Amino acid sequence: MRTSTAARTGQYAALLAYLVFLAFPFVWLISIAFKPPRELASLHPTWIPENPTLDNFRQAFDEQPLLQAGLNSLLAALGAAVIAVLIATPMAYVMARRRGRLAKAATGWVVVSQAFPFVLLIIPLFLVLKNLGLINSVPGLVMVYVVWSLPFALWMLAGYVRAVPRELEEAAAVDGAGRLRTLVSVTAPLLAPGIVATALFAFITAWNEFFFALVLLKTPEKQTLPVILTHFIGAGGVADLGPLAAAAFLATLPSLVVFALIQRRITGGMLAGAVKS
Amino acid sequence: MTLVTEPRRPARRAPGPDAPRGAPDHGAWFLVLPALIPILVLSVGPLLYGILLAFTDAQSGRTEPTRWIGTLNFQDLLHDTLFWESFRIGLVWAVGVTVPQFLLALGLALLLNQNLRMRWLARALAIIPWAMPEVVVGIMWRLVYNTDAGILNETLRDLGLGGGHDWLSGLGTALPAVIVVGVWAGMPQTTVALLAGLQNTPRELHEAAAVDGAGAWRRFRTVTWPALRPVALAITALNLIWNFNSFALVYVLTNGGPGGRTRLPMLFAYEEAFRYGQFGYAAAMGCVMVALISILLAVFLVGRLRGEAKGGDKA
Repeated sequence: MRTSTAARTGQYAALLAYLVFLAFPFVWLISIAFKPPRELASLHPTWIPENPTLDNFRQAFDEQPLLQAGLNSLLAALGAAVIAVLIATPMAYVMARRRGRLAKAATGWVVVSQAFPFVLLIIPLFLVLKNLGLINSVPGLVMVYVVWSLPFALWMLAGYVRAVPRELEEAAAVDGAGRLRTLVSVTAPLLAPGIVATALFAFITAWNEFFFALVLLKTPEKQTLPVILTHFIGAGGVADLGPLAAAAFLATLPSLVVFALIQRRITGGMLAGAVKS
Repeated sequence: MTLVTEPRRPARRAPGPDAPRGAPDHGAWFLVLPALIPILVLSVGPLLYGILLAFTDAQSGRTEPTRWIGTLNFQDLLHDTLFWESFRIGLVWAVGVTVPQFLLALGLALLLNQNLRMRWLARALAIIPWAMPEVVVGIMWRLVYNTDAGILNETLRDLGLGGGHDWLSGLGTALPAVIVVGVWAGMPQTTVALLAGLQNTPRELHEAAAVDGAGAWRRFRTVTWPALRPVALAITALNLIWNFNSFALVYVLTNGGPGGRTRLPMLFAYEEAFRYGQFGYAAAMGCVMVALISILLAVFLVGRLRGEAKGGDKA
């Protein structure tokens, strides 16, 4: 379709405005992370640090147990991602291929769970996990994260299953393969990229999660990165900006890298789950 | 992320032989069980338990046994002006974030759907807020809003518009300031969803309308919008729920301050439960929040769907 030059210019201007709005806070975070204290105290802060330094990063590691927190986050996110995908894939298969009451109920749960009020969920979860001795423990948190990431995992995976031609499975069945055999040796390999994308998405969700971690993890040596980050902000809301920015920047990097890897698949997965017909 | 286009499914499934139905499918149960058990134990179960708790005087660290107290919590809640103020703020926040979020995301999605250069870069950048931990988003905007070292005040000073605003602790500015952050943080999901919807609109219709001399606005109204509408409705409803349940952003930005001006219902309930240990009372709050939000949402959806039926120009 033809578009006039004026309209095109307007479109580029609008796009640029969007990009500035979306990118500037992140640029500012990076800028502060590399600024020495003297520049941070300056009354006329600049976008680009005049004397960039890594001191803020060193100080951030001195002030808070960032390494331990990173390890906790990694364990929680990896555990959640692997377990969620392992248990969600078979169920997603049923949701995509069957029409029984079971599949309907599962789909219904996926939709309804989006509206779940966390307050109503967290209090009983806290009490249950406390009775099981799983408060202030990363495995307890992993259990919560698995269930919490299931709706989206099921949704994405069901979309990917639908994209696998049914005829392939039927052909395997004709050749005498049992249902489990078909699932493992025909469907699973074709699903692999989708499964990886789903696992990575679950990883990011768990890596970024804050509310459950705040309630369930009590001592600093068990806490995950988002919770530890809030410790940089003092009681009166006063914060040492440099180390705060440095730590926040580091905590974001893994999510950004993983997200960059699966960006196309996420959009694709949503399309597959939603618009596929 | 659930953008349901259910109506299409029956049409697709009708022809062709399906898996045998009728006899109970043991294989399906076997496949479903590994996910079903955690869902029941850690999601459905706690939800029911939470509803029961709302009718008890459960508190943390108490030695006496918990007792049933009927609807006492709900009666107390009815007269709890602080809670209703918080609920009002929650509604202002949810609507104040969702509406601009939708409009801005729609604009961005329409742009990204055009054949512009640098589109790949724009798409990648537009998704950044989505990938970030909410806590980092909060921290980042604290740095932007910072009174002395913040870039916002510095920019205003440069433009000669005065400076020294205390955005996050000013009584009048705190809520608008956090709403801007909410809009920023939620734009990517909405944009991606709308973009997916846009790519599903019939291209031929669009071209035909252009040939017939329909202007851009007219093409949007008559071709794009009807196709986009289900997706727009679904994502708006979800955004309302998600925003109403939002916690981490405001916890980091203001922690409900100043003077409770940004104390969203989730923050209120969190403090009630885990700071003051009033489990029963906080559970009752949760129940009331869910019930009221469900009603509001139902009214919204029914209204929209009726509007669609009335103006249903599906030529």
